[in-house]
Amino acid sequence: MTSRELLVSKIENGTVIDHIPSGQGLRVVNIMGSNMVKGQTAVVLINIPSKHMGTKDIVKINDREIAVREINKIALTAQTATLNIIRNWEVSEKRKITIPRIFEGVVKCPNSNCITNTDEHIITKFIVEKRKPLSTRCHYCERPFAREEINSFIT
Amino acid sequence: MKGKILSTLFFEPSTRTKLSFTSAMQRLGGQTLEFGDSESTSIVKGENLTDTIKTVGKYCDIITIRHPNEGAARYASEITDKPVLNSGDGANQHPTQTLLDLYAIRKLKGGISELNISLLGDLKHARVIKSLAYALSMFGARLTLISPPGLEIGKQFIDELKYNFKSSIDETNNLQKGIKKADVLYVCRIQKERFEDSYEAERLQREFRVTAETLTNVKEDLVILHSLPKVSEIAHEIDESKYSKYFDQVFYGIPVRMAILNMVLQ
Repeated sequence: MTSRELLVSKIENGTVIDHIPSGQGLRVVNIMGSNMVKGQTAVVLINIPSKHMGTKDIVKINDREIAVREINKIALTAQTATLNIIRNWEVSEKRKITIPRIFEGVVKCPNSNCITNTDEHIITKFIVEKRKPLSTRCHYCERPFAREEINSFIT
Repeated sequence: MKGKILSTLFFEPSTRTKLSFTSAMQRLGGQTLEFGDSESTSIVKGENLTDTIKTVGKYCDIITIRHPNEGAARYASEITDKPVLNSGDGANQHPTQTLLDLYAIRKLKGGISELNISLLGDLKHARVIKSLAYALSMFGARLTLISPPGLEIGKQFIDELKYNFKSSIDETNNLQKGIKKADVLYVCRIQKERFEDSYEAERLQREFRVTAETLTNVKEDLVILHSLPKVSEIAHEIDESKYSKYFDQVFYGIPVRMAILNMVLQ
């Protein structure tokens, strides 16, 4: 196998998430994997050589197109990632992941005393104040959080 | 304001905020509906905040709420069509206290911009301090933050103020040094309950206590404020001194809260 060949074959239909920072591939597949149904499979490639990034991770999931909610979660974990929607063996849509200005329902507030961490069934909401480096603020308790602080609170 | 009703929902203890809101509303000609001790309400049956707010909102024209969780007031404002005033949410904000503090400073010193204002005490946990520091920075005051080691306001917060308002902010753990040039000294309690070691808490309370001796080298027209209740952080002898204005400050809560109620309901 040459260095240009992929370790796994192409998929007929599904999603390929490329340009994931090295080390974040498993986290991305965990995000997608929580909604997997019978027949769908996921593959994660780790430390693949990359011209622009040095090394990267790639996730391929067949028979599944990514949902918006999942895109927002992945955006928090892998800001450099690109999405490829595959249909009939061809890349049908390709786009870079961008962090939305507001994201709802994808991160639990790290502040244990925030009202959203009580039994009130409140959907969390975070405002992105800066994208690089990522800086967010909880809409309710108003505390600021950097990427490292919210990464382990992605739901 | 005749015929209008203010509901006061206090899930935490309060003397001044609750009474001054009640007084303000009554002075405007309106009425108040007190939520009462939560032990005498359906909270004790397990009713949540969401249902409580939706219910109370049907009985009044405006709500003021104090709650132990940060974000509670904002959440309440989203689930009722009645205006909601935040009377303190956890360690987050206490905005009407800040407004009356600003008013007090302006009345007592003729302005806010360019004043040297020292904030003293447990700056990390006191919600009035963060609200006040933010507002004073907006008005161009020069801040000196005095606290025991470990109870500082936090670098991230200071950086935010400097970035947003180009604020002049100094920090010190030395009380005498921190108040030497102050025009206003705002004191807050060192919260003993935050310390595992009560001896250490008491030691720090003594070290950062405002006494006659502490004030020997301060400006003649220094004004001392405190959001109250005070415990031991200001010596009793200071209450009768020329510097103490915290009981005047208490009064200013009335006109400020009257103005807020009037502005929101008209």
